[in-house]
Amino acid sequence: MGKGLVSKILQRHTAAEIKEPGEIIQCKVSKVLANDITAPLAIKSFEKMEAKEVFDREKVILVCDHFTPNKDIDSAEQVKFVREFAKRMGIVHYFEGGDVGVEHALLPELGLVQPFDVVVGADSHTCTYGGIGAFATGLGSTDIAAAMALGETWFKVPQTIYVELSGELPPYVQGKDIILNLIGKIGVDGALYKALEFGGDTLKYLNAEMRMTIANMAIEAGAKAGLFPVDEITKEYMKQRDIEVSESLYPDEDAQYEKVVKIDVASLSPQVALPHLPENVKPVEKVKNVKVDQVVIGSCTNGRITDLRQAAEILKGNKVKKGVRLIILPATPNIYKQALKEGLIEIFLEAGAVVGPPTCGPCLGGHMGILASGEVAISTTNRNFKGRMGSLESFVYLSNPWVAAASAVAGEIIHPKEIMERKK
Amino acid sequence: MKYKGKVHKFGAHIDTDAIIPARFLVTTDPKELGKHCMAGLDPNWIQRVEPGDFIVAGPNFGCGSSREHAPLAILGAGISLVIAHSFARIFYRNGFNMGLPLVEVGNIYEEIDEGDELEVDLECGVLKNLTKKKDYNIPKLPDFMVNLLKIGGLINYVQNKIKGQNR
Ligand code: SF4
Repeated sequence: MGKGLVSKILQRHTAAEIKEPGEIIQCKVSKVLANDITAPLAIKSFEKMEAKEVFDREKVILVCDHFTPNKDIDSAEQVKFVREFAKRMGIVHYFEGGDVGVEHALLPELGLVQPFDVVVGADSHTCTYGGIGAFATGLGSTDIAAAMALGETWFKVPQTIYVELSGELPPYVQGKDIILNLIGKIGVDGALYKALEFGGDTLKYLNAEMRMTIANMAIEAGAKAGLFPVDEITKEYMKQRDIEVSESLYPDEDAQYEKVVKIDVASLSPQVALPHLPENVKPVEKVKNVKVDQVVIGSCTNGRITDLRQAAEILKGNKVKKGVRLIILPATPNIYKQALKEGLIEIFLEAGAVVGPPTCGPCLGGHMGILASGEVAISTTNRNFKGRMGSLESFVYLSNPWVAAASAVAGEIIHPKEIMERKK
Repeated sequence: MKYKGKVHKFGAHIDTDAIIPARFLVTTDPKELGKHCMAGLDPNWIQRVEPGDFIVAGPNFGCGSSREHAPLAILGAGISLVIAHSFARIFYRNGFNMGLPLVEVGNIYEEIDEGDELEVDLECGVLKNLTKKKDYNIPKLPDFMVNLLKIGGLINYVQNKIKGQNR
């Protein structure tokens, strides 16, 4: 029986022979990740286990990104706890302050996660690394503690849904629109316990960043992982990080899938998820008369340089509508520097945006842009649950950076082409 | 590993807020958590539970947050085993990690009613409905999970492994 990407990757990290989904295997992990919110819990479990040291100082990664720069005393205490643990254990990849970026943007950028890796993280969006062909998934804190101590974990081999993408990307459509469309189709539990695997001729139009945007939101469909093949695009992305990847990874032709979902990408328009679930998806032209108070561009979903360039296309020579707050958070320090170099930051500031430091911040309602009751935001982040960005009586719409930037200019949710036409 | 108990039946998509509402997450003590088990659905439910009883539920049991308090609350309530059509992914992991046995039985759950007496053998893969006098074959629990349950969950497992007593 042919194998899909999931079995192929997992097989490299386990002594067991993987025959079919549902089997439970012991698996070596390549990297173990936790952040400022989840690491403290994992460290406490680690101590209960009476573990004396982590399995590998270079493979346990701690990123204090959620409330950075620490927003209050509690978050500062949490980071202090993590910092002291990192010091005690001699953790090589510990990030805070000026080194920190949003974890799932930071790790791939620094080459800390690689194709064929098995990565576990105490964060549900760990699945992002599927975009570069790693099997990556989020776990609870005791699981992460065990992985930190032993360098291995157990998995039930998941069934896979194959998502076939066809056609070129229309204007103002990117990875975000593909994944929103998919979640709209299959629902927030459409891939529960399963893995998503992406293929089809659209892949050649998707850069590594857009693939990570898609994989990032696999969890919003309930999936354990969202995987892309390892091809020339992946290899080029790794090469820019001085990492040579010689091998490719594709599913076998006779790979068995639980189900196939097809998306005709060429016919998509930009997608918007309405409050309060990522599955409430409509094309942007069907979202009418929605005035916005705040626009957020950033996060592990859409805070990369590709995303900032798209936002800048719209914002160049335009002004943010009076009364609207546009908050732009480059996801990592390197993305910030690159955006400065390319003149994007100047465009943002000229347009009247607030440009903040790399942080999760408003994505989880942490800080730096919290909504009051009755307020409406459109955001390039990944969750629009009730209260996710602040008040339980606020409303969050999700979109790509073009739509978000255009909505900031118009003061309401709008198709980006309308703003671009106005410019001409 | 054999279990015998009386059934408390639940429906589909029982989420972690039903199992243990967030306002009770101020402790990690299973006994304390157990007092509020299922309080999100029925605060009086816990008074009808006897040690060793089973929970039987529909699809996607334990969906929602990754809180490990959910399986701890069920253990603390005295439940010995949860049988469901299917489990949410993180709950499934957390269950075994915390030492709570979980059995996925698909549509068989529909044939089990509130108050039925069941006997389950996890290693042989047999479920007996003593009330209805019907036997079912269920997936055998993999050795690793049996081992995890026998030593009381992941914390003990890692402890033992570190001390070199395991394998
Ligand atoms: S940016 Fe948002 S989704 Fe991503 S890791 Fe941070 S809080 Fe989580």
